[in-house]
Amino acid sequence: MIIGKVIGNIHSTIRHPFYGGRKLLMVEKIETDGAPASGYLVAIDRAGAGAGETVLVLDEGNGARQVLESKDGPVRSVIVGIVDEINESKTP
Amino acid sequence: MLLGKVIGTVVSTQVYEGLQGVPMLWVQPLAKDGAEKGAPIVCADGTRMAGPGERVYYEGGREAALLLDPWFVPVDHAIVGIVDGVEAPGWKGGPA
Repeated sequence: MIIGKVIGNIHSTIRHPFYGGRKLLMVEKIETDGAPASGYLVAIDRAGAGAGETVLVLDEGNGARQVLESKDGPVRSVIVGIVDEINESKTP
Repeated sequence: MLLGKVIGTVVSTQVYEGLQGVPMLWVQPLAKDGAEKGAPIVCADGTRMAGPGERVYYEGGREAALLLDPWFVPVDHAIVGIVDGVEAPGWKGGPA
């Protein structure tokens, strides 16, 4: 899983039937210090996240299909959690 | 998934089994601010409704092959949906 920050919503009417009614969010990847990294992804939201929140994104197909209870859904990225706090250990 | 802008169509008559009739579109990937980023790719159009000028989101890898009907055909990128609007600060990639 990766940690990212929600930076926006995607509105879309014409979409694959599997995606019907599912909320799509734009998630920016972040560095360990929280600074924005260059990458981003568009993910289905299963955690009720909103703009500006730090989220946990599952970016792997089989796990994503399991979360969405589908055997053959064309999906890879799902937001599975909202991060409250990250504690970075400085111990070597 | 990532966002892209359809910049053209690709026509191919001799295609692998299962890809007959699947529209192929030429897509320019977009960065998180909507700017063009990287080299254009060819995507199979899972919506069968996208066209040049439209913003789309596409899936890459194995999941792209799961998106089409018939299922599991040899494609590596496929369009999942057409973007009506993007609500993100700093986004300048349209659609208007």
